[in-house]
Amino acid sequence: MDNGITSEELARRIRVHVIEMTHASHASHVASALSVADILAVLYGGVMRCDPRRPDLPERDRLVLSKGHAGSAIYAALAERGFFPVEELRRYYTNGSPYSGHVSAAGVPGVEFSTGSLGHGVSVACGIALALRMKGSRARVFAIVGDGECDEGSVWETARLASKLGLSNFTVIVDRNRMQAMGRTPEGVSLAERWRAFGFDTRECDGHDHEALRAALVPATGERPVCVVARTVKGRGVSFMEDDLLWHYRDPQGEWYERAMSELGGKLGGEV
Amino acid sequence: MRNTVINGLVGIARQDSNVALIVGDLGYGVVDEFARLFPERFIDAGISEQAMTSLAAGLALEGFEPYIYSIGNFPTLRCLEQIRNDVCERGLRVRIIAVGSGFPYGQLGMSHHATEELAALRALPGMRIFTPTGPRDAKLALDAAHACDGPCYLRLAKGGEKDLYPEGAELDVYHAFELVPRGEVNILASGAVASEAVGAAELLSKWGIDAGVYLFAAVKPLDSSTVKELASVSKLLVTVEEHNVIGGFGGAVAEAVSEMPGSGARAPLLRLGLQDIFSPGVGDAAWLRAKCGIDAEGIAAAVEKRLGEL
Repeated sequence: MDNGITSEELARRIRVHVIEMTHASHASHVASALSVADILAVLYGGVMRCDPRRPDLPERDRLVLSKGHAGSAIYAALAERGFFPVEELRRYYTNGSPYSGHVSAAGVPGVEFSTGSLGHGVSVACGIALALRMKGSRARVFAIVGDGECDEGSVWETARLASKLGLSNFTVIVDRNRMQAMGRTPEGVSLAERWRAFGFDTRECDGHDHEALRAALVPATGERPVCVVARTVKGRGVSFMEDDLLWHYRDPQGEWYERAMSELGGKLGGEV
Repeated sequence: MRNTVINGLVGIARQDSNVALIVGDLGYGVVDEFARLFPERFIDAGISEQAMTSLAAGLALEGFEPYIYSIGNFPTLRCLEQIRNDVCERGLRVRIIAVGSGFPYGQLGMSHHATEELAALRALPGMRIFTPTGPRDAKLALDAAHACDGPCYLRLAKGGEKDLYPEGAELDVYHAFELVPRGEVNILASGAVASEAVGAAELLSKWGIDAGVYLFAAVKPLDSSTVKELASVSKLLVTVEEHNVIGGFGGAVAEAVSEMPGSGARAPLLRLGLQDIFSPGVGDAAWLRAKCGIDAEGIAAAVEKRLGEL
Protein backbone atom coordinates (compact mmCIF):
# COMPACT_ATOMS: atom_id res chain seq x y z
CA MET A 1 0.00 0.00 0.00
CA ASP A 2 1.06 3.58 -0.71
CA ASN A 3 1.40 4.60 2.91
CA GLY A 4 3.40 1.51 3.72
CA ILE A 5 0.99 -0.40 5.94
CA THR A 6 -0.40 -3.86 5.38
CA SER A 7 -4.06 -4.44 4.63
CA GLU A 8 -4.28 -6.16 8.04
CA GLU A 9 -3.05 -2.97 9.68
CA LEU A 10 -5.48 -0.94 7.59
CA ALA A 11 -8.30 -3.18 8.82
CA ARG A 12 -7.21 -2.70 12.43
CA ARG A 13 -7.17 1.06 12.01
CA ILE A 14 -10.61 1.02 10.38
CA ARG A 15 -11.91 -0.87 13.40
CA VAL A 16 -10.32 1.58 15.86
CA HIS A 17 -11.91 4.49 13.98
CA VAL A 18 -15.26 2.72 13.87
CA ILE A 19 -15.22 2.24 17.64
CA GLU A 20 -14.24 5.86 18.20
CA MET A 21 -16.80 7.23 15.73
CA THR A 22 -19.71 5.22 17.09
CA HIS A 23 -18.60 5.92 20.67
CA ALA A 24 -18.32 9.67 20.16
CA SER A 25 -21.56 9.97 18.20
CA HIS A 26 -23.66 7.31 19.96
CA ALA A 27 -24.37 5.87 16.52
CA SER A 28 -25.60 2.34 15.93
CA HIS A 29 -24.38 -0.31 13.44
CA VAL A 30 -20.95 -0.70 14.99
CA ALA A 31 -21.04 -4.47 14.48
CA SER A 32 -22.04 -4.12 10.82
CA ALA A 33 -19.03 -1.87 10.25
CA LEU A 34 -16.66 -4.27 12.00
CA SER A 35 -18.02 -7.11 9.88
CA VAL A 36 -17.03 -5.43 6.60
CA ALA A 37 -13.73 -3.90 7.76
CA ASP A 38 -11.49 -6.60 6.28
CA ILE A 39 -13.30 -6.56 2.94
CA LEU A 40 -12.81 -2.79 2.71
CA ALA A 41 -9.19 -3.05 3.81
CA VAL A 42 -8.41 -5.60 1.12
CA LEU A 43 -10.20 -3.57 -1.56
CA TYR A 44 -8.58 -0.24 -0.63
CA GLY A 45 -5.34 -1.97 0.36
CA GLY A 46 -4.41 -2.99 -3.17
CA VAL A 47 -7.18 -4.80 -5.03
CA MET A 48 -8.86 -1.62 -6.23
CA ARG A 49 -6.97 0.71 -8.54
CA CYS A 50 -7.62 4.19 -7.20
CA ASP A 51 -5.72 7.37 -6.47
CA PRO A 52 -6.71 9.27 -3.30
CA ARG A 53 -5.38 12.49 -4.82
CA ARG A 54 -7.61 12.04 -7.86
CA PRO A 55 -10.85 10.50 -6.65
CA ASP A 56 -12.58 11.27 -9.96
CA LEU A 57 -9.93 9.64 -12.17
CA PRO A 58 -11.93 8.04 -15.01
CA GLU A 59 -9.81 4.87 -14.96
CA ARG A 60 -10.41 4.21 -11.25
CA ASP A 61 -12.10 1.08 -10.03
CA ARG A 62 -15.42 1.87 -8.37
CA LEU A 63 -16.91 0.63 -5.14
CA VAL A 64 -20.51 1.09 -4.06
CA LEU A 65 -21.21 0.16 -0.46
CA SER A 66 -24.74 -1.08 -0.92
CA LYS A 67 -25.06 -1.92 2.78
CA GLY A 68 -24.88 1.78 3.52
CA HIS A 69 -25.36 1.42 7.27
CA ALA A 70 -21.65 0.51 7.52
CA GLY A 71 -20.82 4.10 6.61
CA SER A 72 -18.36 4.56 9.48
CA ALA A 73 -16.16 1.79 8.07
CA ILE A 74 -15.87 3.18 4.56
CA TYR A 75 -15.27 6.72 5.82
CA ALA A 76 -12.49 5.32 7.99
CA ALA A 77 -11.00 3.34 5.10
CA LEU A 78 -11.04 6.38 2.81
CA ALA A 79 -9.51 8.63 5.46
CA GLU A 80 -6.72 6.14 6.17
CA ARG A 81 -6.02 5.88 2.45
CA GLY A 82 -5.69 9.66 2.21
CA PHE A 83 -8.88 10.62 0.38
CA PHE A 84 -9.45 13.15 3.16
CA PRO A 85 -7.76 13.91 6.51
CA VAL A 86 -8.27 11.37 9.32
CA GLU A 87 -9.29 14.29 11.59
CA GLU A 88 -12.43 14.65 9.47
CA LEU A 89 -13.75 11.43 11.01
CA ARG A 90 -14.47 13.42 14.17
CA ARG A 91 -17.26 15.15 12.24
CA TYR A 92 -19.07 11.84 11.65
CA TYR A 93 -22.76 12.10 12.64
CA THR A 94 -22.45 15.75 13.71
CA ASN A 95 -24.64 18.66 12.66
CA GLY A 96 -23.67 20.09 9.29
CA SER A 97 -21.26 17.25 8.54
CA PRO A 98 -21.19 15.41 5.21
CA TYR A 99 -20.52 12.15 7.06
CA SER A 100 -24.02 10.80 7.62
CA GLY A 101 -24.54 7.52 9.43
CA HIS A 102 -25.53 5.77 6.23
CA VAL A 103 -22.90 6.45 3.64
CA SER A 104 -23.17 9.68 1.67
CA ALA A 105 -21.36 10.70 -1.49
CA ALA A 106 -22.18 14.39 -1.13
CA GLY A 107 -18.99 16.15 -0.13
CA VAL A 108 -17.07 12.96 0.69
CA PRO A 109 -14.21 12.28 -1.76
CA GLY A 110 -13.99 8.63 -2.76
CA VAL A 111 -17.59 7.66 -2.06
CA GLU A 112 -19.19 6.82 -5.40
CA PHE A 113 -22.82 6.79 -4.34
CA SER A 114 -25.06 7.47 -1.37
CA THR A 115 -26.93 4.47 -0.03
CA GLY A 116 -28.99 3.64 3.01
CA SER A 117 -32.09 2.08 1.55
CA LEU A 118 -31.08 -1.51 0.93
CA GLY A 119 -31.09 -3.11 -2.50
CA HIS A 120 -30.22 0.07 -4.41
CA GLY A 121 -26.44 0.35 -4.43
CA VAL A 122 -25.81 -3.01 -6.04
CA SER A 123 -28.18 -2.06 -8.85
CA VAL A 124 -26.58 1.34 -9.42
CA ALA A 125 -23.17 -0.34 -9.42
CA CYS A 126 -24.44 -2.70 -12.12
CA GLY A 127 -25.36 0.34 -14.20
CA ILE A 128 -21.90 1.83 -13.67
CA ALA A 129 -20.36 -1.46 -14.79
CA LEU A 130 -22.48 -1.45 -17.93
CA ALA A 131 -21.52 2.19 -18.63
CA LEU A 132 -17.82 1.44 -18.22
CA ARG A 133 -18.05 -1.50 -20.59
CA MET A 134 -19.91 0.67 -23.12
CA LYS A 135 -17.10 3.23 -22.85
CA GLY A 136 -14.45 0.57 -23.36
CA SER A 137 -13.00 1.12 -19.89
CA ARG A 138 -11.05 -1.64 -18.18
CA ALA A 139 -12.02 -0.48 -14.70
CA ARG A 140 -13.78 -2.88 -12.34
CA VAL A 141 -16.88 -2.16 -10.29
CA PHE A 142 -17.41 -3.65 -6.84
CA ALA A 143 -20.58 -3.65 -4.78
CA ILE A 144 -20.72 -4.82 -1.19
CA VAL A 145 -24.11 -6.13 -0.11
CA GLY A 146 -25.18 -7.51 3.21
CA ASP A 147 -26.65 -10.99 3.43
CA GLY A 148 -29.73 -9.49 5.05
CA GLU A 149 -29.89 -7.07 2.14
CA CYS A 150 -30.27 -10.08 -0.14
CA ASP A 151 -33.86 -10.27 1.14
CA GLU A 152 -34.58 -7.41 -1.27
CA GLY A 153 -36.10 -8.40 -4.59
CA SER A 154 -34.19 -5.67 -6.38
CA VAL A 155 -30.93 -7.46 -5.56
CA TRP A 156 -32.11 -10.46 -7.56
CA GLU A 157 -33.45 -8.31 -10.37
CA THR A 158 -29.92 -6.98 -10.67
CA ALA A 159 -28.37 -10.43 -10.31
CA ARG A 160 -30.37 -11.66 -13.28
CA LEU A 161 -29.68 -8.50 -15.27
CA ALA A 162 -25.93 -8.41 -14.64
CA SER A 163 -25.69 -12.05 -15.61
CA LYS A 164 -27.73 -11.53 -18.76
CA LEU A 165 -25.55 -8.56 -19.68
CA GLY A 166 -22.42 -10.65 -19.08
CA LEU A 167 -20.80 -7.93 -16.98
CA SER A 168 -17.45 -9.54 -16.24
CA ASN A 169 -16.18 -6.20 -14.85
CA PHE A 170 -18.76 -6.38 -12.06
CA THR A 171 -18.08 -8.03 -8.70
CA VAL A 172 -20.63 -8.38 -5.93
CA ILE A 173 -19.24 -9.08 -2.49
CA VAL A 174 -21.68 -10.49 0.04
CA ASP A 175 -20.80 -9.67 3.63
CA ARG A 176 -22.17 -12.98 4.90
CA ASN A 177 -22.37 -12.39 8.65
CA ARG A 178 -25.60 -14.36 9.05
CA MET A 179 -27.29 -11.67 11.05
CA GLN A 180 -29.73 -8.91 10.26
CA ALA A 181 -31.63 -6.36 12.28
CA MET A 182 -34.17 -8.75 13.77
CA GLY A 183 -31.99 -11.83 14.16
CA ARG A 184 -30.45 -14.61 12.11
CA THR A 185 -30.47 -14.23 8.35
CA PRO A 186 -32.64 -17.07 7.05
CA GLU A 187 -30.70 -20.03 5.76
CA GLY A 188 -32.77 -21.70 3.05
CA VAL A 189 -30.80 -22.24 -0.13
CA SER A 190 -27.26 -21.04 0.47
CA LEU A 191 -26.50 -17.57 -0.83
CA ALA A 192 -23.55 -18.86 -2.83
CA GLU A 193 -25.82 -21.37 -4.54
CA ARG A 194 -28.30 -18.62 -5.32
CA TRP A 195 -25.71 -16.34 -6.91
CA ARG A 196 -24.31 -19.31 -8.80
CA ALA A 197 -27.78 -20.18 -10.02
CA PHE A 198 -28.17 -16.62 -11.29
CA GLY A 199 -25.09 -17.16 -13.46
CA PHE A 200 -22.40 -15.50 -11.38
CA ASP A 201 -18.84 -16.82 -11.20
CA THR A 202 -19.25 -17.41 -7.49
CA ARG A 203 -16.44 -17.85 -4.99
CA GLU A 204 -16.63 -18.38 -1.24
CA CYS A 205 -14.01 -17.46 1.31
CA ASP A 206 -13.30 -16.42 4.87
CA GLY A 207 -14.17 -12.72 4.84
CA HIS A 208 -11.58 -11.94 7.49
CA ASP A 209 -8.65 -13.77 5.84
CA HIS A 210 -6.99 -11.20 3.63
CA GLU A 211 -5.06 -13.69 1.47
CA ALA A 212 -8.27 -15.63 0.86
CA LEU A 213 -10.16 -12.44 0.00
CA ARG A 214 -7.48 -11.34 -2.45
CA ALA A 215 -7.58 -14.75 -4.13
CA ALA A 216 -11.38 -14.67 -4.35
CA LEU A 217 -11.36 -11.15 -5.78
CA VAL A 218 -9.27 -11.92 -8.86
CA PRO A 219 -11.05 -10.76 -12.01
CA ALA A 220 -13.47 -12.95 -13.92
CA THR A 221 -11.98 -15.19 -16.54
CA GLY A 222 -15.12 -15.57 -18.64
CA GLU A 223 -18.00 -13.31 -19.58
CA ARG A 224 -19.74 -13.68 -16.25
CA PRO A 225 -20.00 -11.30 -13.33
CA VAL A 226 -18.30 -12.37 -10.13
CA CYS A 227 -19.80 -12.92 -6.70
CA VAL A 228 -17.66 -13.39 -3.62
CA VAL A 229 -19.56 -14.71 -0.66
CA ALA A 230 -17.35 -13.62 2.21
CA ARG A 231 -18.08 -15.52 5.40
CA THR A 232 -17.84 -12.93 8.15
CA VAL A 233 -18.66 -12.45 11.80
CA LYS A 234 -20.72 -9.49 12.81
CA GLY A 235 -18.74 -7.40 15.30
CA ARG A 236 -15.47 -9.08 14.30
CA GLY A 237 -12.42 -7.94 16.22
CA VAL A 238 -14.10 -7.04 19.49
CA SER A 239 -14.73 -10.24 21.44
CA PHE A 240 -17.90 -9.24 23.23
CA MET A 241 -19.50 -7.80 20.08
CA GLU A 242 -18.94 -10.84 17.89
CA ASP A 243 -22.13 -12.48 16.63
CA ASP A 244 -24.23 -10.63 19.22
CA LEU A 245 -27.31 -8.88 17.80
CA LEU A 246 -27.22 -6.31 20.60
CA TRP A 247 -24.30 -4.57 18.89
CA HIS A 248 -26.27 -3.96 15.74
CA TYR A 249 -27.82 -1.20 17.81
CA ARG A 250 -25.76 -0.43 20.90
CA ASP A 251 -22.93 2.11 20.82
CA PRO A 252 -19.77 1.43 22.83
CA GLN A 253 -19.59 3.50 26.00
CA GLY A 254 -17.77 3.34 29.33
CA GLU A 255 -16.13 0.02 30.05
CA TRP A 256 -17.30 -1.41 26.73
CA TYR A 257 -15.55 1.37 24.86
CA GLU A 258 -12.34 0.93 26.85
CA ARG A 259 -12.32 -2.83 26.37
CA ALA A 260 -12.99 -2.52 22.63
CA MET A 261 -10.13 -0.07 22.18
CA SER A 262 -7.84 -2.22 24.26
CA GLU A 263 -8.61 -5.33 22.21
CA LEU A 264 -7.96 -3.43 18.97
CA GLY A 265 -4.78 -1.75 20.19
CA GLY A 266 -6.24 1.72 19.80
CA LYS A 267 -6.02 4.63 22.18
CA LEU A 268 -8.98 6.25 23.88
CA GLY A 269 -9.82 9.31 21.81
CA GLY A 270 -9.37 7.44 18.57
CA GLU A 271 -5.64 7.47 17.92
CA VAL A 272 -4.75 4.32 15.98
CA MET B 1 -47.69 10.22 -29.40
CA ARG B 2 -45.83 7.08 -28.35
CA ASN B 3 -44.39 6.50 -31.80
CA THR B 4 -43.65 10.20 -32.23
CA VAL B 5 -41.56 10.19 -29.08
CA ILE B 6 -39.68 6.98 -29.83
CA ASN B 7 -38.99 8.11 -33.40
CA GLY B 8 -37.84 11.42 -31.96
CA LEU B 9 -35.55 9.53 -29.63
CA VAL B 10 -34.02 7.70 -32.59
CA GLY B 11 -33.23 11.10 -34.08
CA ILE B 12 -31.69 12.32 -30.83
CA ALA B 13 -29.67 9.11 -30.52
CA ARG B 14 -28.21 9.68 -33.98
CA GLN B 15 -26.90 13.07 -32.82
CA ASP B 16 -25.90 12.06 -29.30
CA SER B 17 -23.93 8.84 -28.93
CA ASN B 18 -24.52 8.86 -25.16
CA VAL B 19 -28.25 8.27 -25.46
CA ALA B 20 -29.32 4.83 -24.30
CA LEU B 21 -32.79 3.34 -24.20
CA ILE B 22 -33.72 0.96 -21.40
CA VAL B 23 -37.01 -0.89 -21.61
CA GLY B 24 -38.69 -3.07 -19.04
CA ASP B 25 -39.69 -6.01 -21.23
CA LEU B 26 -42.03 -3.65 -23.09
CA GLY B 27 -42.17 -1.79 -26.36
CA TYR B 28 -42.62 -4.63 -28.81
CA GLY B 29 -42.96 -3.16 -32.28
CA VAL B 30 -42.33 0.34 -30.92
CA VAL B 31 -38.66 0.33 -29.98
CA ASP B 32 -37.49 -2.05 -32.72
CA GLU B 33 -35.87 0.60 -34.87
CA PHE B 34 -33.91 2.02 -31.96
CA ALA B 35 -32.76 -1.48 -31.04
CA ARG B 36 -31.77 -2.24 -34.63
CA LEU B 37 -29.87 1.02 -35.16
CA PHE B 38 -28.18 1.19 -31.78
CA PRO B 39 -27.97 -2.34 -30.42
CA GLU B 40 -25.19 -1.50 -27.98
CA ARG B 41 -27.27 1.34 -26.52
CA PHE B 42 -30.50 -0.61 -26.24
CA ILE B 43 -30.98 -2.54 -23.01
CA ASP B 44 -33.97 -4.69 -22.23
CA ALA B 45 -33.76 -4.83 -18.44
CA GLY B 46 -36.57 -7.33 -18.20
CA ILE B 47 -39.42 -7.15 -15.74
CA SER B 48 -37.31 -5.54 -13.05
CA GLU B 49 -38.22 -1.90 -12.64
CA GLN B 50 -36.20 -1.32 -9.51
CA ALA B 51 -33.00 -2.67 -11.02
CA MET B 52 -33.80 -0.90 -14.29
CA THR B 53 -34.07 2.49 -12.61
CA SER B 54 -30.90 2.10 -10.58
CA LEU B 55 -29.14 0.78 -13.68
CA ALA B 56 -30.11 4.01 -15.44
CA ALA B 57 -28.70 5.98 -12.51
CA GLY B 58 -25.41 4.12 -12.86
CA LEU B 59 -25.29 4.86 -16.58
CA ALA B 60 -26.06 8.54 -15.98
CA LEU B 61 -23.37 8.77 -13.30
CA GLU B 62 -20.87 7.76 -15.98
CA GLY B 63 -22.07 10.34 -18.48
CA PHE B 64 -24.66 8.44 -20.48
CA GLU B 65 -28.14 9.81 -21.20
CA PRO B 66 -30.48 6.95 -20.34
CA TYR B 67 -34.15 6.94 -21.27
CA ILE B 68 -36.41 4.48 -19.49
CA TYR B 69 -39.48 3.27 -21.30
CA SER B 70 -42.34 1.33 -19.76
CA ILE B 71 -46.05 1.49 -18.98
CA GLY B 72 -47.70 3.96 -16.60
CA ASN B 73 -47.11 2.85 -13.03
CA PHE B 74 -44.22 0.50 -13.67
CA PRO B 75 -41.34 2.95 -14.24
CA THR B 76 -42.85 5.40 -11.72
CA LEU B 77 -44.65 4.08 -8.64
CA ARG B 78 -43.10 0.61 -8.71
CA CYS B 79 -39.61 2.06 -8.32
CA LEU B 80 -40.39 5.38 -6.68
CA GLU B 81 -37.65 5.12 -4.10
CA GLN B 82 -35.09 4.26 -6.76
CA ILE B 83 -36.16 7.40 -8.63
CA ARG B 84 -35.95 9.43 -5.44
CA ASN B 85 -32.69 8.12 -3.94
CA ASP B 86 -30.71 7.04 -6.97
CA VAL B 87 -31.82 9.48 -9.69
CA CYS B 88 -33.23 12.67 -8.19
CA GLU B 89 -30.96 13.10 -5.21
CA ARG B 90 -28.00 13.37 -7.57
CA GLY B 91 -29.98 15.31 -10.18
CA LEU B 92 -29.07 12.69 -12.77
CA ARG B 93 -30.01 12.98 -16.42
CA VAL B 94 -32.42 10.09 -16.44
CA ARG B 95 -35.62 10.50 -18.45
CA ILE B 96 -38.59 8.33 -17.69
CA ILE B 97 -41.09 7.79 -20.47
CA ALA B 98 -44.34 6.25 -19.32
CA VAL B 99 -46.73 5.18 -22.00
CA GLY B 100 -50.42 4.68 -21.32
CA SER B 101 -50.57 6.97 -18.30
CA GLY B 102 -54.13 7.68 -17.27
CA PHE B 103 -56.69 5.45 -18.97
CA PRO B 104 -55.28 4.29 -22.35
CA TYR B 105 -54.95 0.72 -21.02
CA GLY B 106 -58.43 0.97 -19.57
CA GLN B 107 -59.52 -2.59 -20.25
CA LEU B 108 -56.49 -4.03 -18.51
CA GLY B 109 -57.73 -2.98 -15.10
CA MET B 110 -56.57 -0.74 -12.29
CA SER B 111 -52.96 -2.03 -12.26
CA HIS B 112 -52.59 -0.37 -15.66
CA HIS B 113 -54.43 2.85 -14.82
CA ALA B 114 -51.76 5.35 -13.83
CA THR B 115 -53.77 7.92 -11.91
CA GLU B 116 -51.58 8.90 -8.93
CA GLU B 117 -48.02 8.73 -10.23
CA LEU B 118 -47.97 12.41 -11.20
CA ALA B 119 -48.57 13.43 -7.59
CA ALA B 120 -45.73 11.23 -6.36
CA LEU B 121 -43.24 12.44 -8.95
CA ARG B 122 -44.22 16.09 -8.65
CA ALA B 123 -42.98 16.10 -5.07
CA LEU B 124 -39.49 14.93 -6.03
CA PRO B 125 -37.02 17.83 -6.05
CA GLY B 126 -35.52 18.58 -9.45
CA MET B 127 -37.96 16.41 -11.38
CA ARG B 128 -39.47 18.01 -14.49
CA ILE B 129 -42.80 16.71 -15.67
CA PHE B 130 -44.24 16.90 -19.15
CA THR B 131 -47.84 16.03 -19.95
CA PRO B 132 -48.20 16.46 -23.70
CA THR B 133 -51.65 16.57 -25.22
CA GLY B 134 -50.76 15.10 -28.62
CA PRO B 135 -47.92 14.25 -30.99
CA ARG B 136 -46.70 17.77 -31.61
CA ASP B 137 -46.13 18.84 -28.03
CA ALA B 138 -44.93 15.31 -27.21
CA LYS B 139 -42.02 15.84 -29.58
CA LEU B 140 -41.38 19.25 -28.04
CA ALA B 141 -41.47 17.69 -24.58
CA LEU B 142 -38.90 15.11 -25.62
CA ASP B 143 -36.60 17.82 -26.96
CA ALA B 144 -37.08 19.86 -23.79
CA ALA B 145 -36.34 16.80 -21.66
CA HIS B 146 -33.17 16.09 -23.59
CA ALA B 147 -32.05 19.70 -23.19
CA CYS B 148 -32.74 19.59 -19.49
CA ASP B 149 -29.87 18.95 -17.08
CA GLY B 150 -31.67 16.64 -14.70
CA PRO B 151 -34.39 14.04 -14.30
CA CYS B 152 -37.58 14.26 -16.36
CA TYR B 153 -40.84 12.42 -16.59
CA LEU B 154 -42.78 12.24 -19.84
CA ARG B 155 -46.35 11.27 -19.20
CA LEU B 156 -47.65 9.90 -22.48
CA ALA B 157 -50.93 8.42 -23.59
CA LYS B 158 -50.61 5.78 -26.27
CA GLY B 159 -51.45 6.36 -29.91
CA GLY B 160 -54.07 8.05 -32.06
CA GLU B 161 -54.24 11.27 -30.06
CA LYS B 162 -55.37 14.28 -32.05
CA ASP B 163 -53.00 17.12 -32.74
CA LEU B 164 -54.99 19.95 -31.14
CA TYR B 165 -52.74 22.83 -32.14
CA PRO B 166 -53.47 24.97 -35.19
CA GLU B 167 -51.10 24.50 -38.09
CA GLY B 168 -48.10 26.78 -37.86
CA ALA B 169 -48.74 27.66 -34.23
CA GLU B 170 -45.63 28.62 -32.32
CA LEU B 171 -45.36 26.42 -29.27
CA ASP B 172 -43.29 26.58 -26.12
CA VAL B 173 -43.67 23.46 -24.07
CA TYR B 174 -43.19 25.37 -20.83
CA HIS B 175 -45.94 27.89 -21.59
CA ALA B 176 -49.67 27.30 -21.74
CA PHE B 177 -51.16 27.59 -25.21
CA GLU B 178 -54.42 29.46 -25.70
CA LEU B 179 -56.33 27.12 -27.97
CA VAL B 180 -59.80 28.59 -27.51
CA PRO B 181 -59.81 32.33 -26.69
CA ARG B 182 -60.33 33.48 -23.14
CA GLY B 183 -63.91 33.36 -21.86
CA GLU B 184 -65.83 33.89 -18.65
CA VAL B 185 -64.91 30.30 -17.87
CA ASN B 186 -61.41 29.08 -18.63
CA ILE B 187 -60.55 25.41 -18.84
CA LEU B 188 -56.95 24.39 -18.24
CA ALA B 189 -56.11 20.94 -19.53
CA SER B 190 -53.04 18.71 -19.44
CA GLY B 191 -52.38 15.45 -21.22
CA ALA B 192 -54.37 13.73 -23.95
CA VAL B 193 -57.66 14.38 -22.13
CA ALA B 194 -57.29 18.00 -23.31
CA SER B 195 -59.25 17.00 -26.42
CA GLU B 196 -62.28 16.54 -24.15
CA ALA B 197 -61.86 20.09 -22.87
CA VAL B 198 -62.06 21.32 -26.44
CA GLY B 199 -65.28 19.37 -26.95
CA ALA B 200 -66.63 20.76 -23.69
CA ALA B 201 -65.94 24.35 -24.80
CA GLU B 202 -67.88 23.71 -28.02
CA LEU B 203 -70.85 22.36 -26.04
CA LEU B 204 -70.74 25.24 -23.59
CA SER B 205 -70.65 27.70 -26.46
CA LYS B 206 -73.90 26.18 -27.74
CA TRP B 207 -75.37 26.63 -24.28
CA GLY B 208 -74.36 30.31 -24.35
CA ILE B 209 -71.38 29.94 -22.02
CA ASP B 210 -68.11 31.39 -23.22
CA ALA B 211 -65.25 29.04 -22.29
CA GLY B 212 -61.57 29.36 -23.18
CA VAL B 213 -59.24 26.37 -23.36
CA TYR B 214 -55.57 26.39 -22.41
CA LEU B 215 -53.23 23.50 -23.01
CA PHE B 216 -50.50 22.70 -20.49
CA ALA B 217 -47.80 20.34 -21.79
CA ALA B 218 -45.71 20.82 -18.66
CA VAL B 219 -46.88 20.43 -15.07
CA LYS B 220 -43.52 21.04 -13.46
CA PRO B 221 -42.42 23.70 -13.86
CA LEU B 222 -45.98 24.96 -14.18
CA ASP B 223 -46.74 28.08 -16.19
CA SER B 224 -48.07 29.68 -13.04
CA SER B 225 -48.11 33.21 -14.43
CA THR B 226 -50.75 32.20 -16.99
CA VAL B 227 -52.66 30.38 -14.26
CA LYS B 228 -52.62 33.43 -12.00
CA GLU B 229 -53.52 35.80 -14.78
CA LEU B 230 -56.51 33.67 -15.78
CA ALA B 231 -57.54 33.26 -12.15
CA SER B 232 -57.65 37.04 -11.81
CA VAL B 233 -59.94 37.58 -14.83
CA SER B 234 -62.14 34.45 -14.98
CA LYS B 235 -65.52 33.85 -13.41
CA LEU B 236 -64.59 30.19 -13.04
CA LEU B 237 -61.31 28.35 -13.50
CA VAL B 238 -61.44 24.64 -14.36
CA THR B 239 -58.71 22.01 -14.53
CA VAL B 240 -59.04 18.75 -16.44
CA GLU B 241 -56.70 15.78 -16.09
CA GLU B 242 -56.68 12.01 -16.29
CA HIS B 243 -55.33 11.73 -12.75
CA ASN B 244 -56.43 12.12 -9.18
CA VAL B 245 -57.34 15.77 -8.51
CA ILE B 246 -55.01 15.56 -5.51
CA GLY B 247 -51.40 16.35 -6.21
CA GLY B 248 -51.47 16.33 -9.99
CA PHE B 249 -52.21 19.09 -12.48
CA GLY B 250 -55.27 20.38 -10.63
CA GLY B 251 -53.29 20.28 -7.43
CA ALA B 252 -50.48 22.28 -9.00
CA VAL B 253 -52.94 24.89 -10.30
CA ALA B 254 -54.62 25.08 -6.88
CA GLU B 255 -51.25 25.71 -5.27
CA ALA B 256 -50.48 28.51 -7.74
CA VAL B 257 -53.90 30.16 -7.27
CA SER B 258 -53.70 29.92 -3.50
CA GLU B 259 -50.38 31.76 -3.55
CA MET B 260 -51.93 34.82 -5.18
CA PRO B 261 -52.02 38.01 -3.10
CA GLY B 262 -55.14 38.10 -0.96
CA SER B 263 -56.41 41.49 -2.04
CA GLY B 264 -57.14 40.84 -5.73
CA ALA B 265 -60.07 39.05 -7.30
CA ARG B 266 -59.60 35.31 -7.69
CA ALA B 267 -61.81 32.88 -9.57
CA PRO B 268 -63.13 29.81 -7.82
CA LEU B 269 -61.41 26.65 -9.01
CA LEU B 270 -63.15 23.48 -10.19
CA ARG B 271 -60.81 20.52 -10.42
CA LEU B 272 -62.01 17.72 -12.68
CA GLY B 273 -60.35 14.34 -12.77
CA LEU B 274 -60.52 11.34 -10.46
CA GLN B 275 -62.13 12.67 -7.27
CA ASP B 276 -59.74 10.86 -4.92
CA ILE B 277 -60.88 7.47 -6.16
CA PHE B 278 -59.27 4.64 -8.07
CA SER B 279 -60.45 4.19 -11.62
CA PRO B 280 -64.15 3.35 -11.52
CA GLY B 281 -63.96 0.03 -13.38
CA VAL B 282 -62.78 -1.64 -16.51
CA GLY B 283 -63.44 -0.18 -19.91
CA ASP B 284 -61.89 1.78 -22.71
CA ALA B 285 -60.52 5.25 -22.11
CA ALA B 286 -63.64 6.99 -23.44
CA TRP B 287 -65.87 4.98 -21.10
CA LEU B 288 -63.65 5.62 -18.10
CA ARG B 289 -63.50 9.33 -18.87
CA ALA B 290 -67.28 9.46 -19.01
CA LYS B 291 -67.54 7.58 -15.71
CA CYS B 292 -65.20 10.13 -14.13
CA GLY B 293 -66.98 13.09 -15.71
CA ILE B 294 -63.98 14.15 -17.78
CA ASP B 295 -65.44 13.49 -21.21
CA ALA B 296 -66.66 16.55 -23.13
CA GLU B 297 -70.25 16.17 -21.90
CA GLY B 298 -69.20 15.59 -18.30
CA ILE B 299 -66.89 18.59 -18.25
CA ALA B 300 -69.53 20.86 -19.81
CA ALA B 301 -72.21 19.68 -17.38
CA ALA B 302 -69.94 20.18 -14.37
CA VAL B 303 -69.02 23.67 -15.52
CA GLU B 304 -72.65 24.65 -16.07
CA LYS B 305 -73.63 23.28 -12.66
CA ARG B 306 -70.80 25.06 -10.87
CA LEU B 307 -71.57 28.34 -12.63
CA GLY B 308 -75.16 28.04 -11.44
CA GLU B 309 -73.93 27.77 -7.85
CA LEU B 310 -71.85 30.95 -8.01
